[in-house]
Amino acid sequence: MIDLVQVEKHFDGQIVVHPLSLNIEEGEFLTLLGPSGCGKTTILRMIAGFEQPTHGDVVLAGQNVTKLPPNQRDLNLVFQHYALFPHMTVEENIAFGLKMKKIPKDEQKKRIEEAVAMTQLTALTSRYPHQLSGGQQQRVAIARAIANKPKVLLLDEPLGALDLQLRKNLQSELKHLQRSLGITFVYVTHDQEEAMMLSDRIVIMNGGRVEQVGTPREIYATPKTLFAATFVGENNIFSSSEGLFAVRPEKLRPVRETEGARVTGVIQDVLYLGNVHKLTVHLDQEPMSVTIALDFTDERPWQIGERIGVNWSPKDEVVIGA
Amino acid sequence: MNKSKFLMVPVLLWAALFLLIPMLIVVVVSFLSRDTLGNVVFPFSLTGYKTFFDSLYLGIYWDTLVLSVVTTVVCLLVSYPLAYYIANATPRIQTWGLILITIPFWINFLIRTYAWVLLLRTQGIVNSVLLHFGWIHEPMQMLYTKGAVLLGMVYNFIPFMVLPIYVALEQMDKRLLDAASDLGATRWKAFRHITLPQSKSGIMTGCVLVFVSTSGMFVVTDILGGAKSMMISNIIQSQYLGARNWPFGSALSIIFVVTSLILILLFNRAMQSKADRAKEGTA
Ligand SMILES: Nc1ncnc2c1ncn2[C@@H]1O[C@H](COP(=O)(O)OP(=O)(O)O)[C@@H](O)[C@H]1O
Ligand SMILES: [Mg+2]
Repeated sequence: MIDLVQVEKHFDGQIVVHPLSLNIEEGEFLTLLGPSGCGKTTILRMIAGFEQPTHGDVVLAGQNVTKLPPNQRDLNLVFQHYALFPHMTVEENIAFGLKMKKIPKDEQKKRIEEAVAMTQLTALTSRYPHQLSGGQQQRVAIARAIANKPKVLLLDEPLGALDLQLRKNLQSELKHLQRSLGITFVYVTHDQEEAMMLSDRIVIMNGGRVEQVGTPREIYATPKTLFAATFVGENNIFSSSEGLFAVRPEKLRPVRETEGARVTGVIQDVLYLGNVHKLTVHLDQEPMSVTIALDFTDERPWQIGERIGVNWSPKDEVVIGA
Repeated sequence: MNKSKFLMVPVLLWAALFLLIPMLIVVVVSFLSRDTLGNVVFPFSLTGYKTFFDSLYLGIYWDTLVLSVVTTVVCLLVSYPLAYYIANATPRIQTWGLILITIPFWINFLIRTYAWVLLLRTQGIVNSVLLHFGWIHEPMQMLYTKGAVLLGMVYNFIPFMVLPIYVALEQMDKRLLDAASDLGATRWKAFRHITLPQSKSGIMTGCVLVFVSTSGMFVVTDILGGAKSMMISNIIQSQYLGARNWPFGSALSIIFVVTSLILILLFNRAMQSKADRAKEGTA
């Protein structure tokens, strides 16, 4: 659906996005995940047409759109801060794109009704943006975009400004929405949990470069780089003669006998989190701590200050590049 | 009384002393009479108000309104593109643009207006240049015409229009234009449906400022309009200073203030949108 071909972006001679090639499938929920400032918004803006790539091409549904302005691209962007038109009601906001495309009045009405129904805004159509809560404004931004029936919906940290509980609710709504619309979503977030929960595929970015592309399962189970291994979920990084490898906290097993264990260390902290508990163990062999996650079936009493052994099986070691 | 209200007291006193009380004096005087020496005396009388309905004064009043409206419209047409250009320019050009707009304020108002006399009079610069190139064969009468007054007004009050519009455009969230473009709007449509409504508050402020300033102005009319052009403020001035008929001058002032206020209220009402009313409702 979207092909980025060696797309590259410089600002004032500074490279912000290193050459990037990416193929986004039709109907896919793809997430760009990375820390703030890594170039996610810039990539989205190049796809939407607000920024020109310094080099490379953007291909949308087989058509090279690199030179086309945003108003001629068949996709819509949900802006980070919504950018709702303050002087228009919810309904007028949603109708705006349809009017611009000169869609017939009765078709407009139908599309608006559909969009507000899908985003649960039906009761609020005559309100102005300043009369809405953050979550409702967010829904209007999405309704305004999907009413255009774009081939692709781009979303730039759409839940970033909302509090945790609301974010959780809207996450599942978004996923549901994407499934029922069946259109391609390109989603930007710095929240790895959100990315894991929503995405079909995740692109992990760091400093303008792609670290890894994969399904949430692949990203979690077999991170390719040190950054990917530590950015998504907790991880323990060990070095061996061949290089670095990672072992997830739930793959480590604490044992009382220190003799014969892979490594040994002293328990520094014990955290009970209900369904799991976590031990932080300071290692004797290396100046570092590891985290061990134990599920609720483990009923052994662990004491702070206790010296224990830590084991894992070689198949759970994930070799990572530098 | 809480602290912030307490802090308002000096301001209110100041306003009462220098605004409200003089206004009240004018109202009272407008209902009095004058003796043969020009002193303001009792008894109570409506002569000042009755005199206004003379066709001479009604005509001048009408001319004043027309000139003020035309000045406002011309100022708006000239200032909007200028304000738009400055608001969308690089920071450097913005700074310079604003400085250029405000520089005339550093020069005395009378001198600025007299400068137009030098340009417009029969032997003035404009006529000399046109004659020199043979575009005209005898000097045009430009000074002491309605056109000259209009020019002087527009010239003097353009900054009053540019600055509020500039502020409104500058404060507008530029991301709204990205959103409009994303939704398929061309640059013109985005201007028409987003920028223009978003700068409405600046347009309204500028229009009221220019209208009020023009209608209250008598110096420009005196200098560029000559003896024939009269505005209501010229009459008020002459009633106070020359004719020493203070009750009539006051009555004219009151009539003028009240009708201007009504016009401004009607204008605001006409410009107010559904969205503005919704905002007032929740504020
Ligand atoms: N218009 C611009 N001019 C100059 N630098 C920019 C511009 N837009 C973004 N940048 C820079 O590019 C980098 C990436 O920005 P951005 O794409 O917004 O990151 P993210 O969305 O991942 O937080 C940042 O260092 C930012 O300062
Ligand atoms: Mg961003």
